[in-house]
Amino acid sequence: MELKQLYREIVNEHNLHPSHKGTMQDPTLVLRGVNPSCGDDINLQLKIENDVITDAMFEGSGCAISQASVDMMIDDILGKSRDEALDLAGKFMGMIRGTATEDDLEELDEAAALSDVSHMPARVKCAVLGWHTMEQALAEV
Amino acid sequence: MDIERIRQDFPILYNNPNIVYFDNAATSQRPKQVIAAIADFYETANANPLRGLYDWSMDATARYENARAHLARFIGAPSPEQIIFTRNTTESINLVAYSYALENLEEGDEIVISVMEHHSNILPWQMAAKKTGAKLVWMEPDGEGVITDSEIEAKIGPRTKIAAIGHVSNVMGVTNPVEKVINRAHKMGAVVLIDGAQAAPHMKIDVKELDADFYALSGHKMLGPMGIGALYVKREIIEKLSPFLTGGEMIEYVTRESATWAELPHRFEAGTVNAAGAAGLDAAVTYLENLGFDFIREREEILTARLMEKISELPYIRVYGSKDPKKHCGIVTFTMDGVHPHDVSSVLNEDHVCVRAGHHCAQPLMQYLGVGSTARASLYFYNTEDEVDRFIDRLSAIREVMGYGA
Repeated sequence: MELKQLYREIVNEHNLHPSHKGTMQDPTLVLRGVNPSCGDDINLQLKIENDVITDAMFEGSGCAISQASVDMMIDDILGKSRDEALDLAGKFMGMIRGTATEDDLEELDEAAALSDVSHMPARVKCAVLGWHTMEQALAEV
Repeated sequence: MDIERIRQDFPILYNNPNIVYFDNAATSQRPKQVIAAIADFYETANANPLRGLYDWSMDATARYENARAHLARFIGAPSPEQIIFTRNTTESINLVAYSYALENLEEGDEIVISVMEHHSNILPWQMAAKKTGAKLVWMEPDGEGVITDSEIEAKIGPRTKIAAIGHVSNVMGVTNPVEKVINRAHKMGAVVLIDGAQAAPHMKIDVKELDADFYALSGHKMLGPMGIGALYVKREIIEKLSPFLTGGEMIEYVTRESATWAELPHRFEAGTVNAAGAAGLDAAVTYLENLGFDFIREREEILTARLMEKISELPYIRVYGSKDPKKHCGIVTFTMDGVHPHDVSSVLNEDHVCVRAGHHCAQPLMQYLGVGSTARASLYFYNTEDEVDRFIDRLSAIREVMGYGA
């Protein structure tokens, strides 16, 4: 997919009208993720109950790809266990490296739209910021 | 002069007429004369310069030293011995920080820089300040990006030992009042380093008239190759300056315990030098001299005025720095409402327009301006009116791509 098409079909909707942007009451985990070179800056908040991610939200600012990617990630991880969420993160990173299978892409659902970022080295850091931040947050548990 | 004929000298431009290259402040393109000079060095004179007693080595040495002499004349240095070849401006400034600042600063001394500096003119001074106990003092510009006389007088005082300032800001494009900084610093007994990376490609530099103590520049921003830069040092300072890097080719005599240094300026050029790069820079200087800075400036002003006028018609664009196109040195830094600069740059890339997005290695300035990052279009004499129009056309389509309606 060309970049403009990617923006028009997927990224703009999540960037301009995110479903999960805001501040959470009593999160279990909070972690800030930053791409210093471009100024992408998110604050990821997770609520984990009995090892299940029952709520997730983010605050922050940055390029459309970074913001849309974290919003789509939250769609993916809600209701998942910690291990399932980490497994999805591994699949997303695999997709960005160009090694994901068809099944992986299906599991990533809408987030799989970012697979073409694997051909845009300058935008990889933007796409993985949310996933990377989640991995780090869960690793701290 | 005919721009289309000039563009034929630049193979990358000539071979890619569909690409608009507006990132000249990051690195310029090189004319075929420069590329030929590098190839000719390797094809006809390649040997290690400064040491061999055979023809090739002597030819390589001559090309290297001719480049030095030419660059010295180009920037008004009294003698070639006062030109040290480095890799780039960053290395030039580090040389001064390590060899001059560490040996001459004491606790309580002050180093004055401006908030507009490139990181390469900030980090070496942070290092020197940390190691010596000196204090870093920041000059700030007014709303148009100008460092005022009162700011210079307020910040450069009796404790100042070094002032370091960019001749032209790589973000605002503004030419800083370097003469005033030098005057004030000298009155206070301080030395001044001018970071000329963004100035040398655009204007006649005369280090002697400026009375600069150190002047740093990069070849690759002024049509030369990457990997060759220079540092000018005032005579009375260079004579006492300690070597920065040590090793081969910078010695006079070495025993098991100690060494004496080679003559100026070779004691500052340890290891095998970048002679092919110097030969390329020599050709770049010739190219700039043949065009002349009057022509270069005129072209930049025409293009910048056109770009700034057309961009001002886009209500969602904010341009930073002076409203006067003549005060931009071809650099126009801007933001677009609702669209991150990286998205601006990525969409423009898909339309074959190259601009920079990010913090431009000037994070303290970004913090001062209150923006995370910006986009930057930077022009040079070989750009065209048509390219400016194509850039504006593509730029004005971005908000629609990003979901903001027509």
